[in-house]
Amino acid sequence: MQPGLYHILFISTVLFFIGVFGFFTRRNLVTMLMSIELILNSVNLNFITFNKYVWPNKLDGLFFTIFVIAIAAAEAAVAIAIIINLYRTHQSIDVENAEEMKF
Amino acid sequence: MSGSTIIFYLLAALTLVSGLLSVITRIIFRAAIYLLFSLIGIAGIYFWLQYEFIAAVQIVVYVGGIVVLIIFSIFLTQQAGELLPKQKLGRQLFSALAAFCGLALVMLQLVQHTFTTTSNTPIEPTVANIGAQMLGIDQNGFALPFEVVSILLLAALIGCIVIALKSKPENNL
Amino acid sequence: MPNVTYIALIPLLPLAAFLILGIFGRKYFKNTSGIIATALLLISTLLAVYTAYGYFFEYGKVDGIYQKLIPLKYTWLQFSEGVSIDMGIIIDPISVMMLVVVTFISLMVHIYSLGYMKGDDRFPTYYAFLGLFTFSMLGLIISSNIFQIYIFWELVGVSSFLLIGYYYDKPSAVAACKKAFIVTRFADVGFLIGILILSFYSNTLDFNKLIERLTTPESNELKNAVAASFLGISALTWGLVLVFIGGAGKSAMFPLHIWLPDAMEGPTPVSALIHAATMVVAGVFLVARLFPVFSISSPNALSLVGYVGAISALIAAVIACTQTDIKRVLAYSTMSQIGYMMFALGVSKYGGEDGLGYTASMFHLFTHAIFKALLFLGAGAVIHYIHSNEMKDMGGLRKYLPITHITFLIACLAISGVPPFAGFFSKEEILLAAYQNNKTIYWVALITSGLTSFYMFRLYFSIFWGRTRPSSFKRDCDEVKGEGGFVMMLPLVLLAFGAATAGFIPFGHFISSDRITLENKFHLMFSISPVALGLTGIIIAMWMYKKENNKPEKFAAMSSGLYKAAYHKFYIDEIYIFITQKIIFNLIARPTAWFDKNIVDGMINATGEGTKEISEKIKTFQSGKIQQYAICFLVGLISLALLFIYVWK
Repeated sequence: MQPGLYHILFISTVLFFIGVFGFFTRRNLVTMLMSIELILNSVNLNFITFNKYVWPNKLDGLFFTIFVIAIAAAEAAVAIAIIINLYRTHQSIDVENAEEMKF
Repeated sequence: MSGSTIIFYLLAALTLVSGLLSVITRIIFRAAIYLLFSLIGIAGIYFWLQYEFIAAVQIVVYVGGIVVLIIFSIFLTQQAGELLPKQKLGRQLFSALAAFCGLALVMLQLVQHTFTTTSNTPIEPTVANIGAQMLGIDQNGFALPFEVVSILLLAALIGCIVIALKSKPENNL
Repeated sequence: MPNVTYIALIPLLPLAAFLILGIFGRKYFKNTSGIIATALLLISTLLAVYTAYGYFFEYGKVDGIYQKLIPLKYTWLQFSEGVSIDMGIIIDPISVMMLVVVTFISLMVHIYSLGYMKGDDRFPTYYAFLGLFTFSMLGLIISSNIFQIYIFWELVGVSSFLLIGYYYDKPSAVAACKKAFIVTRFADVGFLIGILILSFYSNTLDFNKLIERLTTPESNELKNAVAASFLGISALTWGLVLVFIGGAGKSAMFPLHIWLPDAMEGPTPVSALIHAATMVVAGVFLVARLFPVFSISSPNALSLVGYVGAISALIAAVIACTQTDIKRVLAYSTMSQIGYMMFALGVSKYGGEDGLGYTASMFHLFTHAIFKALLFLGAGAVIHYIHSNEMKDMGGLRKYLPITHITFLIACLAISGVPPFAGFFSKEEILLAAYQNNKTIYWVALITSGLTSFYMFRLYFSIFWGRTRPSSFKRDCDEVKGEGGFVMMLPLVLLAFGAATAGFIPFGHFISSDRITLENKFHLMFSISPVALGLTGIIIAMWMYKKENNKPEKFAAMSSGLYKAAYHKFYIDEIYIFITQKIIFNLIARPTAWFDKNIVDGMINATGEGTKEISEKIKTFQSGKIQQYAICFLVGLISLALLFIYVWK
């Protein structure tokens, strides 16, 4: 059977929840960031797939993917700047140490 | 089973397995490398879908940019050879359960839903088409979001510099 | 009838003074506020006199009857067909007379205060309050609507509260102003209920219509009001009695008089204005305003007025004989004289010769306003000089305060009813009216009249004769210059002139119960006994107080029981305190307070404490742990998705 829409959607969903699982269980901020990248990628995959199989006459999904990639790049850069700053002050990038803003 | 199908399943396996390994390995550097493979797998799926441009962007930005950035930050913040701290078992189990429930729910919905494909003439996702529409200012143009994103990137750039800037020692003022 | 809407200016000018001085006084008119207020009031007074002249001599009389004119009327709140609260002006003989009295006395007080209150920090505030008071009093007088009179009635209460409590740093003044306010408020509740009863049955709030409907025997309103009864007394009588309770509270009638002596804590000119001439006669004025209803439709209510007046007159006179604070003596004297006016109304009937009491009451109101204001202002001059209210600090002042001495003497003669001073004429009329209608009241009044001259001359001799007590006032001689200068003496002289001559006004020509001219009849034989009694009082006072001696002590010891009771004001204050503190506080207020503190507040506090406890608990959810948040988010999202997909399709 030729793989189609549902197969790819299965991949993206599983990838999404892998990312979610990683986000929940990781304690290191850099690895949490990686999980987020996985989530974003699963979303991108969805956009592209829908664009290909459901609305082939448009390019909207593709553009969204491009923008998401751009924003993800920016987000990663900012996140890493924050992580490095945190490392400087706390000598650690464990998420447990970044709790100052509670209550 | 055609070659295309085999390639698809291989790419899918690469993506998912390396993605899963990326979130469960306890060596941070390996996690980054597994992430790299997972992203490459996704780029491969884009190729398989014949969206070559987006696949190229995926490789250039993610593989060449973000992952390299992550690896650099790992080098800056991590002692080599140190294992990542373990999360509590209860939390791990609960997270797995929650993620699985979510997955089950979404999959259930997906299976029950039938997507209707529009049968209009497809637009070829060539670079020329993409470029024309990206910078177009007509009804289908994406010039405005493009500009917005460019400003966002600039802001993020400045923000990163400000955040990561080492503050000057007070006595130098 | 000419256009007389300028009458509206008479109350509005003092209001303007109040607004200007109240808002800008302390900043811009620190020193000139007295002049401004006095000037505005002078205009009011001239307008009032002009109105009186015009009304009494030019346009007021039509076919021998003084008309009730309503030159201005503005419907303010329309409740239903015929029932509305209006803001209007009524012009009839008593309101015109009162306009003149109030503006004139108020003007005197304004002028006098220029000297008396000089150097006070809150000079502009004082004049602002005076302006507010004068405005409300004038508004009360010219009210054409029974609810309008109630509004101004309360305004009068508030402004007297402000004036009595003017020295708010003195605890006794604060207590006095609260007492005055609460007691009169208490009475005003009666007034309000009375208004509601009367307006319910007469189906109007307008004075003219109300009086007309409740005095015409054929009218349905009157029949209904008489037919309805509660505890065997007709609704009409209840309404009138309740209205009278309101009036009794304001006029300090027994047993609601307890606030009046304490109210002497205010500045003395204020006492002259409020407690002599204007506010305390508001009750008399109210009864006079509704007099036709009282006399024609409910003689029972009217006789209650008469007896309350007589009792008040007698009790107050007895108490006044024993007090040592000169202002308190004057306060009780006021109460006694108001009692005179009240019982004069009480013994009067409507129309013709039998209406003599009404005329006499208004006449006495008029003359009393003049000589009592004079007495208070004179006492003020003495207090200003001595810096004390106590008789024992005074004596022999006739050498130091000659003008005050003479004017005070004239006032004392006037209030004692010695001919030919003003009080003689009005008191004779009252006694005559009482003699003709009710012998009991007549004898009470006669005794009171003797007592009046005794305590007034006791006061006079104690202040101006007897041993000079230099120790008490020498210390202030340097700062107090004589009698307080021209501005303080001018009102005294003017008022003394009035007190000496006002009695010759043929009052019956102007004011009578049915507004038809009533000829003054002068009964020489009848006058002998009151005058003789008055002179006897004076001679006894002279014998006891002119020279320093121990006769008063002996006399006090001789009648120790009565003296002590009178000195303690017949323990009426104590009875009130007993009733309020022992009975009401313990049986009603304390349980209520307990309920409020423990049940009502308890519930509120429990809510607050509970919220605090819960928030203490739930704030720990705000742990700062991102992953926890994310898990909660996901679980919530899944739950919502399940809900929306499977439950709420």
